[in-house]
Amino acid sequence: MNASAGHGASMRIEACGKTFIDGTRALEPATLDIARGETLVLLGPSGCGKTTMLRIIAGLELPDPGGKVLFDGKDMTSVPIERRNVGMVFQSYALFPNMSVADNIGYGLKIRGVPAKERAARVAELVALTNIAGLENRRIDQLSGGQRQRVALARAVAIRPGILLLDEPLTALDAALRDRLRGELNRLLRALGITTIYVTHDQAEAMELGDRVVVMQKGTIAQIGTPRQIYFTPQSRFVAEFIGAANIIESPIENGYLVLPGGRQAIGNDANFPTAVAMIRPETIRVVETGSAPLSGVIDSVSFIGDRQRLVVSGASSKLITVDAPNTVQAKAGERVGLLISPEAVRLLPSES
Amino acid sequence: MSHRSFVWLCLLPLAVVTAAFFLLPMARLVVTGAEGPQGVAGYLAILTEPRYRATLINTVALAAATTIVTLIVATIAGMFLQRHRFPGRAVLIAMLTFPLAFPGVVIGFLIILLAGRQGLIGDVSNRMLGEKLVFAYSIYGLFLGYLYFSIPRVILTIMAAVQKLDVGLEEAARSLGASPWAVQRDVVLPALAPAFVASGAIAFATAMGAFGTAFTLATNIDVLPMLIYTEFTLAANFSTSAALSVGLGIITWFILALARSFSGSAVAAAG
Ligand SMILES: Nc1ncnc2c1ncn2[C@@H]1O[C@H](COP(=O)(O)OP(=O)(O)OP(=O)(O)O)[C@@H](O)[C@H]1O
Ligand SMILES: [Mg+2]
Repeated sequence: MNASAGHGASMRIEACGKTFIDGTRALEPATLDIARGETLVLLGPSGCGKTTMLRIIAGLELPDPGGKVLFDGKDMTSVPIERRNVGMVFQSYALFPNMSVADNIGYGLKIRGVPAKERAARVAELVALTNIAGLENRRIDQLSGGQRQRVALARAVAIRPGILLLDEPLTALDAALRDRLRGELNRLLRALGITTIYVTHDQAEAMELGDRVVVMQKGTIAQIGTPRQIYFTPQSRFVAEFIGAANIIESPIENGYLVLPGGRQAIGNDANFPTAVAMIRPETIRVVETGSAPLSGVIDSVSFIGDRQRLVVSGASSKLITVDAPNTVQAKAGERVGLLISPEAVRLLPSES
Repeated sequence: MSHRSFVWLCLLPLAVVTAAFFLLPMARLVVTGAEGPQGVAGYLAILTEPRYRATLINTVALAAATTIVTLIVATIAGMFLQRHRFPGRAVLIAMLTFPLAFPGVVIGFLIILLAGRQGLIGDVSNRMLGEKLVFAYSIYGLFLGYLYFSIPRVILTIMAAVQKLDVGLEEAARSLGASPWAVQRDVVLPALAPAFVASGAIAFATAMGAFGTAFTLATNIDVLPMLIYTEFTLAANFSTSAALSVGLGIITWFILALARSFSGSAVAAAG
């Protein structure tokens, strides 16, 4: 697109905590840096403080004393939202019902005193960009959910904000539409190159959209990393279980092996712990003949999930183990199989978590 | 019995009551209005007769002023009361809505206590300016009384509407750079428009037709209900008072319909 490509501000929040007047501690003091043009995803279960953090960045909530919000190194903590130049997309979209689609998109420009002609040109540009041509004169209540989402995004982007903030923008849509819009949103955010903070509780969204993902848990930051780091090297049991499917195995360790009821599994280092918590992703386990793997178990159930099949295996560990296998693998319930797992696929987690 | 005839049977009591207590007296009133010496032309007297016309203009002006001032005061107060929590808030709301049950006579009495010959305002102005300010017995007293009367009603409607406002809309407008004033103008007031029309209509109609307060303050205040009263009881001029009554009803209805269609198109055109 045009001048707004690659633009945006860098951002830092410093020791921002939030205690609401009723005493609810929504956010423990957190520090976070976001580079110019980066897309950062805040991911976590309901009530973990994602919206609260977003609202602090936006300027809709003040952090507890001591907390600071900086845009491009400038302290913005006490600057109200109307002077922060942030674009916001709300979960409910919050489109103005008394204005047409075009007037919604152009509202921020009108407030800034942009002349009508220039405004109309910018609105037309965004209408094309967000794929809503032909709807300009509709009222908001004449739009579908997906169309509203696009209008909300167009309105937020129209003002060329320094930072774009999105609070679960796809949650209100049905699954098929959500998948399609996620891809569209991804391309759009990349094209705009704007600094973006995206809140979601859907890990698939976080993986696809985020340059980095911040996993949050009960008001604290559990882990920050690229989607790959978060997925393959979670630093806690919470992160491992929240992102994707994970087999969590508690087991004693002897000379670099997990000692399990169904055999021994190498873990790639020769540590000696009395017990450890290990995580193994279901798709890293290969189903083989019993003789070809040190670990074996009995297939409890097989479910076909389209592009692959999901096996549940008992007897290998003290708990059931989930395996995602290609459809080419012949597997029947009741059959005894070997489970081949490379040592690098076993991730040891701190056991207290 | 078919479903349809059952529904009609249920509607029968409503039809009877409507006919007996609403349609018949109204029809009689309309007929009486045309039975004066001028016949049907008696209806036009409200517009052609200078004294009647002046009274009509007076009444409409008073009702319009009451409505506008009430809406302004009640919107500011209602918005504040709904959005803020402070000690004494419940007491304040109770006090503001306390006059709801008062009849016009009591309101008139209150106005006399405030702005009458022995009133509070007279006392204070006498002491401060050396001149006694008395306006209870005029149309200004009546105006004050009608404010007293309609503000509680309108405040309650506005508070309910403010409670239903989507705070997200205001936050969205602010994120786009709107100042607090612009947020009010572009988001809050348009969203409250239906409540303004509904509660404004009630305030207006009440001010057009209220009688008790005017009667308590003075018998020579120039408003339509007082005119109807004098024509009816003092001059025993049944047909004129009937024609004036019908005229009062029609004009009120007409102005309200006008306001409604105007505000309706204003809401639509705001986009
Ligand atoms: N205005 C408020 N007053 C008191 N507590 C609040 C307020 N707003 C949020 N909370 C509390 O703060 C915590 C974090 O809320 P927040 O809205 O940030 O969660 P979230 O991660 O966005 O959740 P969700 O995914 O459900 O939107 C919750 O326990 C919530 O109940
Ligand atoms: Mg939230």
